[in-house]
Amino acid sequence: MAVSDEIKKAVVILFAGDSGDGIQLAGSQFTTTAALYGNDISTFPNFPAEIRAPQGTLAGVSGFQLHFGSVKIYTPGDHCDVLVAMNAAALKANLKQLKEDSIIIVNTDGFDPKNLKLAKYNNGDNPLKNGSLEKYKIYEIDVTKLTRTCLADSGLGTKEMDRSKNMFVLGFIYWLYNRTLDNTLEFLHKKFKTRPDLIDANVKVLKAGYNFGDTTETFTSRYHVKPAVMEKGAYRNIMGNQATAIGLIAATQKAGVTLFYGSYPITPASDILHELSKHKNFGVKTFQAEDEIAAVTSAIGASFGGSLGITASSGPGIALKGEAIGLALMLELPLVICNVQRGGPSTGLPTKTEQSDLLQALYGRNGESPVPVIAATSPSDCFYMAYEACRIAIEHLTPVFFLSDGYIANGSEPWQFPKSSDLLPIKVNFAKEKSPDSTEKFLPYKRNEKMVRDWAIPGTKGLEHRIGGLEKENETGNVSYDPDNHELMVKIRSERIEKIADYIPLQKIDAGKESGKLLVIGWGSTYGAIKTAVKEAIDEGYSVSHIQIKYIHPFPKNIETLIKKFDQILIPEMNSGQLIKVIREKYLVDAKGFNKIKGMPFTASEIKNKLLELLSAS
Amino acid sequence: METKIETAELKLTAKDFVTDQDIRWCPGCGDYSILKQVQSVMPELGIPRENIVFISGIGCSSRFPYYMETFGMHSIHGRATAIASGLKATRPELSVWIVTGDGDSLSIGGNHLIHLLRRNFNVNILLFNNEIYGLTKGQYSPTSPQGKITKSTPVGSIDHPFNPLALCLGADATFVARSMDRDPVHLREMLRKADQHKGTSLLEIYQNCNVFNDGAFEIFTEKGSKKQETLFLEQGKPLLFGQNNEKGIQLDGLKPIVVEAASANNLWIHDVHDLSKAALLTRFFEGAETENHLPRPFGIFYETDRPCYEEVLQEQIEIAVNAKGKGNLDALLSGNNVWTIS
Ligand SMILES: Cc1ncc(C[n+]2csc(CCOP(=O)(O)OP(=O)(O)O)c2C)c(N)n1
Ligand code: SF4
Repeated sequence: MAVSDEIKKAVVILFAGDSGDGIQLAGSQFTTTAALYGNDISTFPNFPAEIRAPQGTLAGVSGFQLHFGSVKIYTPGDHCDVLVAMNAAALKANLKQLKEDSIIIVNTDGFDPKNLKLAKYNNGDNPLKNGSLEKYKIYEIDVTKLTRTCLADSGLGTKEMDRSKNMFVLGFIYWLYNRTLDNTLEFLHKKFKTRPDLIDANVKVLKAGYNFGDTTETFTSRYHVKPAVMEKGAYRNIMGNQATAIGLIAATQKAGVTLFYGSYPITPASDILHELSKHKNFGVKTFQAEDEIAAVTSAIGASFGGSLGITASSGPGIALKGEAIGLALMLELPLVICNVQRGGPSTGLPTKTEQSDLLQALYGRNGESPVPVIAATSPSDCFYMAYEACRIAIEHLTPVFFLSDGYIANGSEPWQFPKSSDLLPIKVNFAKEKSPDSTEKFLPYKRNEKMVRDWAIPGTKGLEHRIGGLEKENETGNVSYDPDNHELMVKIRSERIEKIADYIPLQKIDAGKESGKLLVIGWGSTYGAIKTAVKEAIDEGYSVSHIQIKYIHPFPKNIETLIKKFDQILIPEMNSGQLIKVIREKYLVDAKGFNKIKGMPFTASEIKNKLLELLSAS
Repeated sequence: METKIETAELKLTAKDFVTDQDIRWCPGCGDYSILKQVQSVMPELGIPRENIVFISGIGCSSRFPYYMETFGMHSIHGRATAIASGLKATRPELSVWIVTGDGDSLSIGGNHLIHLLRRNFNVNILLFNNEIYGLTKGQYSPTSPQGKITKSTPVGSIDHPFNPLALCLGADATFVARSMDRDPVHLREMLRKADQHKGTSLLEIYQNCNVFNDGAFEIFTEKGSKKQETLFLEQGKPLLFGQNNEKGIQLDGLKPIVVEAASANNLWIHDVHDLSKAALLTRFFEGAETENHLPRPFGIFYETDRPCYEEVLQEQIEIAVNAKGKGNLDALLSGNNVWTIS
């Protein structure tokens, strides 16, 4: 039977199985291969909260979704074209994600009575046998058996053999999408450098999977997804947390200060700590503290000494850092606080994404304690916004909140990375040594035209001074209980943060015209879904525009004029409405909210339906 | 020798460490004496003023940095230890002093204290123990004796108190010592020793809060009882106390007992490097009301050498630089898997 070649513009594949099935690895291998080939890509891993959830159960399903295409890709995709289900639970958990004519590739070994029962299929009612999957193109492969047969002579035990199952599936998907094995072969040789037997086994199984496509004649089509038309230049693949870490390093390198990172492990922020601790040769000092309070306060200590103190966490940890952030604000020292948001409140949904800590970042401290808040919009944007967080912290001597979330932190995309020389310079303003004959008293809180004091660090002659969390007299920094002084200081602290608006870029319109019927305002990781939805609507002739606000406090100066040129405003958020409160309060506009609070990102079609609904009602 | 020359060159006096701020402690507070001793020891240490940093938490005692003409930070309750850790990790050359109360270091900041001790940053902790919360006006603290009547415990506290030095030794502190506000000579000596020790020096200082807990340490500080109730530890010397050093401590197995010094032939000789004996010494902690109780030791209980956190951290960086070369930002930005669209 002849195999036909079909051209596809974009494809969404979801690999799903037990968390021990090597799903994330297979997914990330396909990602790199597609990226190297020149596709545009977006990925989204979806893990269970438990490290080794009971095998075969719905709770234990781990997924890796990837969307690749010859067109621009902004999200990991709303629905899947291909589902790889390593067991019955993986199928059941992901059926909702499928399109009418999706391809399902199942590992039949994962559908034995035991697995069916674990997946809660009634009386072992096998979905592969009962006709319920008729509308899909379903391909049954006994991956386990084929892998074991392939490795019969390898001398490996069954358990070790079974660990290569993911390579069979990966090899097969490579065949289906006409990809070479080169990248994965190279990867396997590196990964198992010290275990030649495992290199042989994995390579053998990978090839077997590929050849299986060629020889079995089950498949009548193979697919081509051509390279995307991308801007010329050099690219790499990048995950959000990795981009954050690199952004922090880049900023401190450009500023010429030491990066001190105080942190306490928490999902989904820990990978920033892991990444940073790999780069000691940049002088990066990482400190795994005893708790989040020590993490942030050690960072403040480092900043006092002239390094850039950085701390990261997720909601519960950020809650613990609140008091110390207030201290940094009083001390007027630089500090970067990264919040990789997850579902809350309390422990909430540790492995799921949400944008529900915006108000916490803006207001979650005692007293009136304004802090700049900025947010990244995509995995690669984490680099730029982390860099910006450091720039603002150092140039304005203030704590800065950098917001990311589980979705972009673990997601990845190709990144046309910058040259170090193209990055904005960061100016450090250390106070200078006082000459021995100067009789002038050093004033720690004397400010420049930006309303920023000098960074006076220990070790500088003549600058001995004391700072603290008690209210202080303007300029001298001496403790003061004077009523007028307190009012003055509260106002100064607010004004100096507002003033940062002069030093950040103006808000750009991401898509659409400068005025019209509807403006969609997003912030953070909703970018891709909004972008895709708005683009489609514009192509269909609707009057809709999109802005994605990255600088949330202070806002860029042109936001008000910008938003007042539209008849309607829609603000989609993965929370029950937080940015909308700020926009309504500040600009007195009747913005409409669109809220999803399911621990999952918006799909582009959800947003598109909502905006069409608003447009047709008006 | 070198440091001495430098000291001479610095020509600092205690006055150089006095700030222009009015001191706000209650008249008669033990904090005054401690401040004075610290200010008079500083010039002897041979450290330029700009390289000295005092970091405190919150409490009466934590106002301390405002009165020291050095760099200083009056931070938040319980966290001075953690702030100092970050500072020392990045600026190992600075002389960092932590000033903290018993509530600050053992209640809200208890966690950071033990972790600082096990990490062994080269800093000095001055733990002002007044067995009460001073600043919040007199509630019992984690070192107040059980049954203590205070505003928050009108019929007596239920909590069993911490034995601070036993706790710190349990956290593997590398320098553990005790002194008191009313013995300036001893206090100055302990401050010097704390400075000399490489690693975290924990110096507990009994401090009288004459407003909310007056006389808490009276039996150790007042002439009438001091000699009977205190035991001054000196390296290599037998443990002697009493009006004319007529009493000594001897070990009966693992049990310390009080003996007549003159007739004893096997007195306990103090060795600051002996961890087991130091552990026993921290347990000389019974109240004076107990019959045949042991005297309260003052001096250095224990001292040992262990690598300091900040040194090993710096070493790891040097090793990484030697192995991989100094970080190249462009190489970091591009990573290992680059493709080009032309
Ligand atoms: C987070 C926080 N909780 C409570 C307080 C109130 N507070 C200030 S000092 C203090 C206790 C002080 O006692 P101690 O550390 O023994 O110092 P002292 O005043 O006796 O020198 C308390 C409870 C605070 N400042 N911050
Ligand atoms: S309350 Fe007690 S500790 Fe505080 S200043 Fe007064 S006497 Fe000293």
